[in-house]
Amino acid sequence: MQYAIRNQPSAKSMSKSDPNAPKRLAIIASKGTLDWAYPPLILASAGAAMGWDVAIFHTFYGLPLLLKDLEAEVSPLGNPAMPMKMPFGPDGFQKINWPIPTAMMATPGFNALATTLMKQTFKNKGVASIPEMRAMCVEAGVNMIACQMTMEVFGFKKEDFIPECTVGGAGMFLDYAADAEVQLFI
Amino acid sequence: MTTLQADKELDCSGMLCPVPVIKTSKAIKEIQVGQVLKMISTDPGAPPDMVAWARQTGNELLDSHQEDKKYIFYFKRLK
Repeated sequence: MQYAIRNQPSAKSMSKSDPNAPKRLAIIASKGTLDWAYPPLILASAGAAMGWDVAIFHTFYGLPLLLKDLEAEVSPLGNPAMPMKMPFGPDGFQKINWPIPTAMMATPGFNALATTLMKQTFKNKGVASIPEMRAMCVEAGVNMIACQMTMEVFGFKKEDFIPECTVGGAGMFLDYAADAEVQLFI
Repeated sequence: MTTLQADKELDCSGMLCPVPVIKTSKAIKEIQVGQVLKMISTDPGAPPDMVAWARQTGNELLDSHQEDKKYIFYFKRLK
Protein backbone atom coordinates (compact mmCIF):
# COMPACT_ATOMS: atom_id res chain seq x y z
CA MET A 1 0.00 0.00 0.00
CA GLN A 2 1.23 3.48 -0.88
CA TYR A 3 0.21 6.98 0.07
CA ALA A 4 1.87 10.34 0.00
CA ILE A 5 3.59 11.28 3.27
CA ARG A 6 3.27 14.99 2.53
CA ASN A 7 -0.51 14.74 2.91
CA GLN A 8 -0.16 13.72 6.54
CA PRO A 9 -0.72 16.68 8.90
CA SER A 10 2.40 15.67 10.86
CA ALA A 11 4.56 15.97 7.75
CA LYS A 12 4.24 19.77 7.48
CA SER A 13 7.19 21.86 8.60
CA MET A 14 6.36 23.62 11.87
CA SER A 15 8.81 26.48 11.30
CA LYS A 16 7.75 29.99 10.32
CA SER A 17 11.24 31.45 10.09
CA ASP A 18 13.32 31.98 6.98
CA PRO A 19 14.99 28.63 6.26
CA ASN A 20 17.77 30.33 4.30
CA ALA A 21 19.02 32.32 7.28
CA PRO A 22 21.88 30.61 9.13
CA LYS A 23 20.78 29.32 12.52
CA ARG A 24 22.54 28.75 15.77
CA LEU A 25 21.73 26.29 18.59
CA ALA A 26 23.18 26.72 22.08
CA ILE A 27 22.71 23.85 24.54
CA ILE A 28 23.70 23.52 28.17
CA ALA A 29 24.21 19.86 29.16
CA SER A 30 24.01 19.71 32.97
CA LYS A 31 23.26 16.00 33.50
CA GLY A 32 25.46 12.99 32.85
CA THR A 33 23.33 9.90 33.41
CA LEU A 34 22.66 7.56 30.49
CA ASP A 35 19.08 8.77 30.07
CA TRP A 36 19.88 12.49 30.31
CA ALA A 37 22.96 12.28 28.11
CA TYR A 38 20.78 11.59 25.09
CA PRO A 39 18.73 14.81 24.63
CA PRO A 40 21.66 17.25 24.19
CA LEU A 41 23.56 14.90 21.88
CA ILE A 42 20.48 14.07 19.77
CA LEU A 43 19.47 17.72 19.38
CA ALA A 44 23.04 18.87 18.72
CA SER A 45 23.69 16.26 16.03
CA ALA A 46 20.30 16.89 14.40
CA GLY A 47 20.95 20.64 14.41
CA ALA A 48 24.36 20.17 12.82
CA ALA A 49 22.78 17.87 10.21
CA MET A 50 20.38 20.70 9.33
CA GLY A 51 23.33 22.96 8.68
CA TRP A 52 23.12 24.85 11.96
CA ASP A 53 26.02 26.18 14.01
CA VAL A 54 25.83 24.21 17.29
CA ALA A 55 27.58 24.31 20.67
CA ILE A 56 27.07 22.27 23.85
CA PHE A 57 28.27 23.78 27.10
CA HIS A 58 29.05 20.84 29.42
CA THR A 59 28.68 21.88 33.03
CA PHE A 60 28.30 20.16 36.41
CA TYR A 61 27.24 16.53 35.84
CA GLY A 62 27.21 17.03 32.07
CA LEU A 63 30.99 17.51 32.12
CA PRO A 64 31.89 13.79 32.37
CA LEU A 65 30.21 13.32 28.96
CA LEU A 66 33.43 14.78 27.55
CA LEU A 67 35.69 12.18 29.20
CA LYS A 68 37.75 10.08 26.78
CA ASP A 69 36.53 6.99 28.60
CA LEU A 70 32.80 7.68 28.55
CA GLU A 71 30.73 5.50 30.87
CA ALA A 72 27.26 6.94 31.51
CA GLU A 73 24.99 4.98 33.86
CA VAL A 74 21.36 5.28 34.83
CA SER A 75 19.56 4.82 38.15
CA PRO A 76 15.85 4.04 38.48
CA LEU A 77 16.09 5.44 42.03
CA GLY A 78 14.45 8.86 42.01
CA ASN A 79 13.21 8.27 38.46
CA PRO A 80 9.65 7.18 39.28
CA ALA A 81 8.38 7.49 35.70
CA MET A 82 11.05 5.18 34.23
CA PRO A 83 9.45 2.10 32.64
CA MET A 84 11.02 -1.07 34.07
CA LYS A 85 10.87 -3.47 31.12
CA MET A 86 12.99 -6.37 29.93
CA PRO A 87 14.76 -6.08 26.54
CA PHE A 88 14.52 -9.83 25.83
CA GLY A 89 12.01 -12.69 25.89
CA PRO A 90 8.61 -13.05 24.23
CA ASP A 91 6.68 -9.93 23.20
CA GLY A 92 4.19 -10.15 26.08
CA PHE A 93 7.04 -10.51 28.59
CA GLN A 94 8.84 -7.46 27.19
CA LYS A 95 5.69 -5.35 27.61
CA ILE A 96 5.47 -6.01 31.37
CA ASN A 97 6.27 -2.92 33.43
CA TRP A 98 7.84 -4.54 36.52
CA PRO A 99 6.82 -3.06 39.88
CA ILE A 100 10.28 -2.78 41.49
CA PRO A 101 10.20 -1.69 45.16
CA THR A 102 12.17 1.52 45.78
CA ALA A 103 14.26 -0.22 48.48
CA MET A 104 15.46 -2.77 45.92
CA MET A 105 16.63 0.05 43.61
CA ALA A 106 19.07 1.10 46.34
CA THR A 107 20.77 -2.32 46.52
CA PRO A 108 24.36 -2.69 45.22
CA GLY A 109 24.53 -3.62 41.56
CA PHE A 110 21.04 -2.42 40.72
CA ASN A 111 22.25 0.64 38.79
CA ALA A 112 24.60 -1.56 36.76
CA LEU A 113 21.70 -3.91 35.98
CA ALA A 114 19.38 -1.04 35.02
CA THR A 115 22.15 0.47 32.85
CA THR A 116 22.74 -2.84 31.04
CA LEU A 117 19.00 -3.28 30.43
CA MET A 118 18.54 0.28 29.16
CA LYS A 119 21.53 0.03 26.81
CA GLN A 120 20.21 -3.28 25.44
CA THR A 121 16.70 -1.83 24.96
CA PHE A 122 18.10 1.16 23.05
CA LYS A 123 20.27 -1.12 20.91
CA ASN A 124 17.32 -3.42 20.13
CA LYS A 125 15.22 -0.46 19.03
CA GLY A 126 17.94 0.97 16.78
CA VAL A 127 19.01 3.94 18.90
CA ALA A 128 22.69 4.88 18.62
CA SER A 129 24.80 4.53 21.80
CA ILE A 130 26.01 7.58 23.74
CA PRO A 131 29.63 7.20 22.50
CA GLU A 132 28.29 6.91 18.92
CA MET A 133 26.07 9.97 19.36
CA ARG A 134 29.00 11.97 20.76
CA ALA A 135 31.23 10.89 17.86
CA MET A 136 28.52 12.03 15.41
CA CYS A 137 28.39 15.43 17.12
CA VAL A 138 32.16 15.84 16.98
CA GLU A 139 32.30 14.74 13.34
CA ALA A 140 29.53 17.20 12.44
CA GLY A 141 31.53 20.04 13.97
CA VAL A 142 29.50 20.64 17.13
CA ASN A 143 31.52 22.87 19.46
CA MET A 144 31.90 20.78 22.64
CA ILE A 145 32.68 23.22 25.46
CA ALA A 146 33.90 22.10 28.89
CA CYS A 147 33.02 24.32 31.85
CA GLN A 148 36.28 25.53 33.40
CA MET A 149 34.74 26.10 36.83
CA THR A 150 33.32 22.55 37.00
CA MET A 151 36.72 21.18 35.94
CA GLU A 152 38.29 22.93 38.93
CA VAL A 153 35.56 21.76 41.33
CA PHE A 154 35.60 18.09 40.28
CA GLY A 155 39.33 17.92 39.54
CA PHE A 156 39.26 17.25 35.79
CA LYS A 157 42.09 18.21 33.44
CA LYS A 158 41.82 19.12 29.77
CA GLU A 159 43.78 15.92 28.95
CA ASP A 160 40.99 13.83 30.53
CA PHE A 161 38.62 14.97 27.78
CA ILE A 162 38.32 14.28 24.07
CA PRO A 163 40.83 16.46 22.16
CA GLU A 164 38.06 18.18 20.17
CA CYS A 165 36.62 19.96 23.23
CA THR A 166 37.30 23.57 24.08
CA VAL A 167 37.32 25.05 27.60
CA GLY A 168 35.33 28.10 28.61
CA GLY A 169 33.08 29.73 31.16
CA ALA A 170 29.67 31.32 31.56
CA GLY A 171 30.74 34.51 29.77
CA MET A 172 31.99 32.61 26.75
CA PHE A 173 28.79 30.55 26.53
CA LEU A 174 26.48 33.55 26.91
CA ASP A 175 28.45 35.42 24.25
CA TYR A 176 27.74 32.49 21.91
CA ALA A 177 24.14 31.98 23.06
CA ALA A 178 23.25 35.67 22.60
CA ASP A 179 23.27 35.08 18.85
CA ALA A 180 21.47 31.73 18.98
CA GLU A 181 17.87 31.35 17.78
CA VAL A 182 17.50 28.25 19.97
CA GLN A 183 18.85 27.95 23.49
CA LEU A 184 18.24 24.88 25.63
CA PHE A 185 19.09 23.99 29.20
CA ILE A 186 19.10 20.24 29.70
CA MET B 1 4.51 3.88 -8.53
CA THR B 2 7.02 6.65 -8.70
CA THR B 3 9.23 6.96 -11.73
CA LEU B 4 11.86 9.16 -10.08
CA GLN B 5 15.45 8.19 -10.79
CA ALA B 6 17.92 8.42 -7.92
CA ASP B 7 21.64 9.07 -8.34
CA LYS B 8 22.34 7.66 -4.88
CA GLU B 9 20.42 5.47 -2.46
CA LEU B 10 20.65 5.49 1.33
CA ASP B 11 19.04 2.78 3.45
CA CYS B 12 18.37 3.86 7.05
CA SER B 13 16.18 0.87 7.89
CA GLY B 14 16.19 -0.03 11.59
CA MET B 15 17.67 3.31 12.66
CA LEU B 16 15.87 5.76 14.89
CA CYS B 17 16.06 9.54 15.37
CA PRO B 18 18.36 11.38 14.78
CA VAL B 19 20.45 8.94 12.70
CA PRO B 20 18.38 9.13 9.45
CA VAL B 21 18.71 12.94 9.50
CA ILE B 22 22.46 12.76 10.09
CA LYS B 23 23.07 10.11 7.42
CA THR B 24 20.92 12.01 4.92
CA SER B 25 22.87 15.21 5.53
CA LYS B 26 26.12 13.33 4.86
CA ALA B 27 24.81 11.50 1.79
CA ILE B 28 23.47 14.64 0.10
CA LYS B 29 27.00 16.08 0.17
CA GLU B 30 28.21 13.06 -1.81
CA ILE B 31 26.04 13.90 -4.84
CA GLN B 32 26.22 16.90 -7.16
CA VAL B 33 23.84 19.87 -7.11
CA GLY B 34 20.80 18.88 -9.18
CA GLN B 35 21.19 15.16 -8.49
CA VAL B 36 18.67 13.09 -6.54
CA LEU B 37 19.11 11.10 -3.31
CA LYS B 38 16.71 8.31 -2.39
CA MET B 39 16.41 7.60 1.34
CA ILE B 40 14.62 4.64 2.89
CA SER B 41 13.62 4.69 6.58
CA THR B 42 11.55 2.55 8.91
CA ASP B 43 11.45 5.24 11.61
CA PRO B 44 7.82 6.44 12.04
CA GLY B 45 9.28 9.80 13.10
CA ALA B 46 11.14 10.24 9.81
CA PRO B 47 8.34 11.90 7.73
CA PRO B 48 8.06 15.13 9.78
CA ASP B 49 11.82 15.11 10.48
CA MET B 50 12.79 14.83 6.82
CA VAL B 51 10.35 17.57 5.77
CA ALA B 52 11.97 19.81 8.38
CA TRP B 53 15.48 18.77 7.32
CA ALA B 54 14.77 19.62 3.66
CA ARG B 55 13.35 23.00 4.64
CA GLN B 56 16.24 23.86 6.95
CA THR B 57 18.98 22.79 4.56
CA GLY B 58 17.35 24.27 1.45
CA ASN B 59 17.18 20.97 -0.42
CA GLU B 60 14.01 19.91 -2.22
CA LEU B 61 11.84 17.00 -1.13
CA LEU B 62 10.66 15.85 -4.56
CA ASP B 63 8.52 12.98 -3.35
CA SER B 64 7.78 10.93 -0.28
CA HIS B 65 5.55 7.98 0.20
CA GLN B 66 5.06 4.88 2.29
CA GLU B 67 5.48 1.31 1.06
CA ASP B 68 4.34 -1.13 3.75
CA LYS B 69 6.51 -0.24 6.76
CA LYS B 70 9.10 1.70 4.77
CA TYR B 71 9.11 5.45 4.22
CA ILE B 72 10.69 6.48 0.93
CA PHE B 73 12.03 9.98 0.30
CA TYR B 74 13.52 11.60 -2.80
CA PHE B 75 15.65 14.69 -2.23
CA LYS B 76 17.10 16.92 -4.91
CA ARG B 77 20.32 18.63 -3.88
CA LEU B 78 19.83 22.36 -4.49
CA LYS B 79 22.95 23.80 -2.90
